[in-house]
Amino acid sequence: MRSEVPDAPPARRRRLPRGRAWATRLALGLPALGVALGASLLFAPDALANFITPKSGVSENAREIHSLYMVTLYLAAVVFVIVEGALAYSLYRFRAKRNRVAAQIHGNTRLEIGWTLAAALILVVLTVVTFIKLPSIINPPNSDASGLALSASVAQPTPPDGKKLTVCIQARQYIWRYTYGTDCRNDAFNSKLPYSYTMMEVPEHTTVVLSIQSSDVIHSWWVPSLGGKVDAVPGYTTYTWFKALTPGLYHGQCAQLCGTNHAAMIAYVKVVTPEQYQAWLKTQQQAITTASSQVQQLRQILTSEGNLGS
Amino acid sequence: MATITEPAARPVPQITTHEVARPRQTKRWVDWVLTTDHKKIGIMYLVLTFVFFCMGGVEALMMRLQLSVPNNTLVTSEHYNELLTLHGTTMIFLFVVPVWAGFGNYFLPLMIGARDMAFPRLNALSFWLLAFGGIVFYATLFWHPPDAGWWSYPPLSEALYSPQNGQDAWIFLIHITGISSIVGAINFYVTIVNMRAPGMSWNRLPLFIWGMLVYSILLIIALPVVAAAVTMLLTDRHFGTHFFDPTAHGSPVLWQHLFWFFGHPEVYIMILPGFGVISEVIPVFSRKPIFGYKAIAAATAVIAFLATLVWAHHMFASPVPVVVLGFFMLSSFLIGVPTGVKIFNWIATLWRGSIVMTTSLYFAVGFIAIFTIGGITGIFLAIFPVDWQLNDTYFVVAHFHYVLMGGAVFTVFSAIYYWFPKMTGRLLSESVGKLSFWLMFVGFNMTFFVQHALGLSGMPRRIYTYQPGMGWSTYNLISTIGSFILGIGVLVTILNVARSLRVGTIAGPDPWKGNTLEWFTPSPPPVNNFDEIPRVRSVEPMRDIRRQVERETGVTQRTGGSERFARSG
Repeated sequence: MRSEVPDAPPARRRRLPRGRAWATRLALGLPALGVALGASLLFAPDALANFITPKSGVSENAREIHSLYMVTLYLAAVVFVIVEGALAYSLYRFRAKRNRVAAQIHGNTRLEIGWTLAAALILVVLTVVTFIKLPSIINPPNSDASGLALSASVAQPTPPDGKKLTVCIQARQYIWRYTYGTDCRNDAFNSKLPYSYTMMEVPEHTTVVLSIQSSDVIHSWWVPSLGGKVDAVPGYTTYTWFKALTPGLYHGQCAQLCGTNHAAMIAYVKVVTPEQYQAWLKTQQQAITTASSQVQQLRQILTSEGNLGS
Repeated sequence: MATITEPAARPVPQITTHEVARPRQTKRWVDWVLTTDHKKIGIMYLVLTFVFFCMGGVEALMMRLQLSVPNNTLVTSEHYNELLTLHGTTMIFLFVVPVWAGFGNYFLPLMIGARDMAFPRLNALSFWLLAFGGIVFYATLFWHPPDAGWWSYPPLSEALYSPQNGQDAWIFLIHITGISSIVGAINFYVTIVNMRAPGMSWNRLPLFIWGMLVYSILLIIALPVVAAAVTMLLTDRHFGTHFFDPTAHGSPVLWQHLFWFFGHPEVYIMILPGFGVISEVIPVFSRKPIFGYKAIAAATAVIAFLATLVWAHHMFASPVPVVVLGFFMLSSFLIGVPTGVKIFNWIATLWRGSIVMTTSLYFAVGFIAIFTIGGITGIFLAIFPVDWQLNDTYFVVAHFHYVLMGGAVFTVFSAIYYWFPKMTGRLLSESVGKLSFWLMFVGFNMTFFVQHALGLSGMPRRIYTYQPGMGWSTYNLISTIGSFILGIGVLVTILNVARSLRVGTIAGPDPWKGNTLEWFTPSPPPVNNFDEIPRVRSVEPMRDIRRQVERETGVTQRTGGSERFARSG
């Protein structure tokens, strides 16, 4: 607690600079914050690569979202600098110490209409940019020539030439199951399609359409490098797509609270060449067939011994 | 701070209020329990909600500690889900919404020149319902707290996946505090519409009162919807209905629509009274009239209207048609315009003012600086393709803490420093207050700014732990350290209040040269508030009174000693 005797001259002389210090610090604090942020961006090491931009670069939808984000970011930066700058300047310039008499202004209709329109204009620009970019985000493109050779199918959504690789995602507490093949949607468990858990393997340069369902609570499919997230809601089928342009292993995670083990519901997408994919698919199919026949045999043995009800 | 124990010249010689005191016949605590005085109820609201604020804060710090390093085992995943549910529910239903009912109760009648609220007994009822709801909710600590989140999406919140009774306690919390808020809202609405001082037409209504008016209207619109939704959830859980059960043709998306139809107006319910406080504090300490009174009042009303049309922007990743997404993007953009207009008007009010740097103004300005960032990130999230990347990540956590913690809570602190002298008769220590502000401001930005980066690096919300090597560890550690600085900042204000209650400088009726009628009464005001209610001739009735006194006495007043904060002479 500071001195309780403000009218004593020595105390006042001592306090004046301190008072100024408080005010200046607020006035300087905001620009300093901005400078610090800017500096940390310039000198950001690789570990901090996604400091102010989202992950992207692997699939076109993620790239388009990234570029839409960047447009917004530039506009936002301008607004941020103007607003925070005006705020900091007025605190610095119009403190009672510098400006003893306040101007008694009640308003300025033209100015107010002006900034209302300016704010609206920025939003109109953003709206237009969004709707220009939207088709390339929600509509899948054709696979590249170097991608997997595919046949046409009719399920939604579909690239212009109708050719795509469909992977059905079945979300459940707390694991992702992937079924590979066009017909997976209606009959994921009964058809003899290859499947895998947690790690999805897909060919590069190929348009992969994901058909997403949940068998218990709401989950959300999200691999940041491959585009935005889509909820897996029980009772609904949702779709998204990606077309990975570079091979690699991409990390993703369930984005909607789904229960105790939500944090462990991790997904990986492994992008490989079409040849590797087909080889993997064959191995996977074989492993599944072998495992099922073993289960079949085991079931027969158990049933014949009376250890398993039919 | 000042030697003035009573202002040299009383600011308003006409104050002729007398305490109407009956000889005490009951014990002091019985007085508080049975009171229907809006000021006592207001203080009880503020104390109770601050207790909940501290509990919610401790929950937040526990979560931050758990996330400070990867693979931490301080809190189990079950407890973490309980903590995030308790934290969200507490802060929204037991702190930010009712804290405005607290300030509203105390100051709304004073500011419009009324002697009490329209329905004093309903007023007491709404306080005790709040207390009861909080007790029901926190009693679950002794068996099993709810863990499906404050948004409680079914099927996770259905009996199959959350069989514990904690979820039912959550439902009853929504019901009970909902009734409390609706009763309070009707009371505020009726009071504002019917009990204004003579001459206080709608275009002379203080802007805080505009905020409280829209707060009440939005509560009346939004709360019945969530009440219906949680009732449906309750019958789903216990009485065999299937509203949200997909296995019986129910729809989990229906819950999302109902919940967010309430949930988004709720955001404005939490922030509009705060906007009102800022619109009172900034003109007073700029020594300038508010810039564009009509624009600010109109913006408040427009926000109220648009607030009911933006709910599905919480559901951009849900199964919703693209055309619907487009509509909700545009409506969310639209609501940005009046909000932006308010920020411009506040800065224009500071512009060419003669700014007195009090703690209350620090918090008000800190609010503008922080809220601007929250508003800008809100535009990112409104663009639905961008939201597909950002939704349900720490970017969203950062965004809504910028608007609700940096927004609503900073305005609450501004209001505390502004009105504490009126409520208690004593000033809070300014130097301690400024220390508290800087701790909170720095701690806040440290905690939440890096969370934008966390979200952009792919960290989803609501996970109780994470692996090393994801690029998240540094940000999380910074965030945790920041949260403790923020916590200390809050603690400093609490200590400041505790100390100033006993030893704070005597404030006098009008320490800040206020603009509104609450400063016309002694501090603290007597039970009946006013003997004589002054006639209101402008938005700033107290300023008119002060001028008239100066004209009549020929003395320019050193009123209440607010000059001491200007440090200019």
